[in-house]
Amino acid sequence: MAFLELDSLTKTFPGHRAVDGLSLSLSRGEVLALLGPSGSGKTTTLRLLAGFESPDSGRVVVDGEDVTTTPPVRRRFGMVFQHYALFPHLDVGENVAFGLESLGVRGPALAARVAASLALVDMTGFERRRVDQLSGGQQQRVALARALAPEPRVLLLDEPLSNLDPALRERTRRELRGLIRRVGITAVIVTHEQEDAFDVGDRVAVLRGGQLIQVGTPDELYANPRTAFVAAFIGRASEIPARLLAADAVEVEGIRWPVPWPGPELVGAGQPVLVLARPESLRLGAEGDGRVRGVVIGRRFIGPTAHFTVRTDGGAVVEVAALAGAAREGDRVGIEPAGTGLHLFPADVA
Amino acid sequence: MRDRARLWAWLLAAGLAWLVVYPLLLVMVDGLREPGGWTLQHVDRFVSRPGEWQALWASLWLSLASVVLSAAVGVPLAFLFERVDFPGRAFLGVLVALPAVLPPLVGVIAFLFLYGETGFTARFVQWLLRLDEPPWRLAGPGAILLVHAYSMYVYFFLFCRAGLARLDGSMLEAAQALGAGRWRTLWSVVLPHLRPALAGASLLTFMTSLASFSAPYIFGGGYKVMTTQIVFTRLNGDDRLAMVETAALSLLALGALWVFRRADPGGALAAVGKGTAPALARVGSLGTRRAIAALAWVLAGILLLPHLTLLVVSFVPSGTWTTEPIPPAYSLANYLALFQEPERFRPLANSLWMATLATGVAAAVALGAAILVVRRRVPTGRLIEALIGLPWAVPGTVFAIALAALFSVHDPLRLRFVLVGTLWILPLAYLVRILPITGRAIFAGFRHLDPSLEEAAASLGADRRRTLRRVVLPALRPALAAGATLAFVTALGDFVTSIMLYTYETRPISLEILASLRQGDVGVAAANGVFLMLASAVVFALGARREARG
Repeated sequence: MAFLELDSLTKTFPGHRAVDGLSLSLSRGEVLALLGPSGSGKTTTLRLLAGFESPDSGRVVVDGEDVTTTPPVRRRFGMVFQHYALFPHLDVGENVAFGLESLGVRGPALAARVAASLALVDMTGFERRRVDQLSGGQQQRVALARALAPEPRVLLLDEPLSNLDPALRERTRRELRGLIRRVGITAVIVTHEQEDAFDVGDRVAVLRGGQLIQVGTPDELYANPRTAFVAAFIGRASEIPARLLAADAVEVEGIRWPVPWPGPELVGAGQPVLVLARPESLRLGAEGDGRVRGVVIGRRFIGPTAHFTVRTDGGAVVEVAALAGAAREGDRVGIEPAGTGLHLFPADVA
Repeated sequence: MRDRARLWAWLLAAGLAWLVVYPLLLVMVDGLREPGGWTLQHVDRFVSRPGEWQALWASLWLSLASVVLSAAVGVPLAFLFERVDFPGRAFLGVLVALPAVLPPLVGVIAFLFLYGETGFTARFVQWLLRLDEPPWRLAGPGAILLVHAYSMYVYFFLFCRAGLARLDGSMLEAAQALGAGRWRTLWSVVLPHLRPALAGASLLTFMTSLASFSAPYIFGGGYKVMTTQIVFTRLNGDDRLAMVETAALSLLALGALWVFRRADPGGALAAVGKGTAPALARVGSLGTRRAIAALAWVLAGILLLPHLTLLVVSFVPSGTWTTEPIPPAYSLANYLALFQEPERFRPLANSLWMATLATGVAAAVALGAAILVVRRRVPTGRLIEALIGLPWAVPGTVFAIALAALFSVHDPLRLRFVLVGTLWILPLAYLVRILPITGRAIFAGFRHLDPSLEEAAASLGADRRRTLRRVVLPALRPALAAGATLAFVTALGDFVTSIMLYTYETRPISLEILASLRQGDVGVAAANGVFLMLASAVVFALGARREARG
């Protein structure tokens, strides 16, 4: 039974359609990540959910109640803003108390709930601090405490990690995930970083041009990307032009690669297709028969292995994972498939 | 909700048009009318009189010369204070910028007491050389120009200092690393960077000079510029000709504004300039540093001397200073009179309540307009903003004439009411004059305000009123304080609109100063001037403290 439902939401701004018939549903306590490049409509979707924008058509339903036209003031959705939007003239405690005061909480009860909310984000005792005295990570936690204090029905997070430096980011991401799970709140998080989405979201919805491209668990998305865009956007993947030979094989620069065609609608044999290859799904070897030939033009260390950039004689640029010492720049090499992780798509849809 | 915002916006636009555009149109039309119908007779009279052309030309060239002179004082001063470190730099920097917050009339009478024919300097020279006559008379275009440069260098000083402070130090280092010498760096890096600041200061100086009334009125003598010409024509009872003159001056002002905007479209470099401010030049030896400090103190002294003079003269009892080079007697008599004699206190009270009322309304109108224009993005937004800014481009004299025309006739169908001669005309005139000041500050403040603050308040269940009170107003406090203080000081010291619209009951400080001068009561005039100076300083100090705290 869906707790939060987005039903064919559409929003057009002058000149472009930001959200185009988007439908999604979340069960109670589920965390959904909206993932997409900038301009994909993910932030607009979040603002439609919060009530800051109203959709041209479509509905937002929470717990059976249609809130599409409910103004944000009465929607009881908590929001963590990208730049946190902490009130600069109020201290930490007053910021957290703000939403509770709207509900009429006063006196000792107010103080107790503010303290509880701050304890939740591990900021006990920070009530009288000015917000400009806090670090970025602390501001983020205060923003979270402020949003959660009035016990909203849904928590919305707009790129909550984008203002943090990389070292802090990973830790904060873990804390954020832990906290949302602990509270058990239904949440939607917007991000353009695949790692954030995969780490925090139970499911991930990939958006592009205002449309939902694919939604699923991180594993599903990685293993079975529905389009070349999803495959390229999630994890690293190289595009290799090829020609379909049969339902289970393609031809790459004259070499036959066994790659199964996933989709129901078969592109005719002999038609051009695109192979999306994860670095670890290819193997680097000596130049020889049965391998696509090319030259190593770059190498990037990742611990014991490295990603080698190879330009094939046919002109494709391909990333291949191998042991760091496997080749040097300028070496001539051969590439062959190494099991799963290769995906086929029609060539005209990039 | 949206429709209601639009309705409010239309009402606001209509109200502003009535107050700002309608009077100007009336003036233009009245210059072309006679009891019988339309006529070009007054325009003919205007065009055929050499005096009118001379006044118009005088306004133009004096304004241009004021820009050049003010820049010549203000720009080097800005470099000195922003680029060189010397003892007392911070304190002097504030002091030198002080004339920016003083009403023009205060500067003018201070100048009179220092350099006028009966001022300190003239008397001293007369005494030194044993002359029978004062060695000079401070009158004519030279005197006007001197006063302008003296009071308007501050625009160049402040704008250039701000521009230099925004200069990215690494840009200078990059220029040096690329082999540019000191002069080439100045010429091809620093000056282009300062272009928007210089353009802004030039425009402000030009428009202020064009609208300047106090200096030409007091020092002009027989030499007329357009603003004084209008007032004299009107005092002669030739209203129709005054209307034509008013129209001519407003066209000159709007034309000048247009030329400036064309010459400097947008100021492309204005956005550049993040990063760290350049390090101050640590001037080599201790001796050089001391010399520079001494130079700065002397410069500051010269620039502030008129205001010190004003303070000194305010302690001189009436009738005690006749031929001596230095006043022989000092007392608090002038100040006591100011606060003990009801007739002398009245102008102070008048100015205070009228300025307070006008500032309050101007701030409220600007706030409402900013909410509608910046947040609700009403379709009439550009119109409203233009209407609020318009009085800035039109000299105060013009508005005084225009408002006098609109509010001297009872004709409700044409939206004209008799307010001239009542308590309300001056606060209304002040309101029109200071709307651009509060408007600019509050609009800028609102544009800097992160819209997600208001959204956060909404998502936390705060309605519009609570969001305004608890989030928007506190966050806007610096902008509100800055706009309101400047507006208040402008209204408090207003001379140019007051002289056209005051009644005996509502006479403000500026006219009391003028009356005292005419009666030879220099001490009383100075005491009033000092009161204006102090009130301005106090209001600014309050505003600055609020800002620091908020």
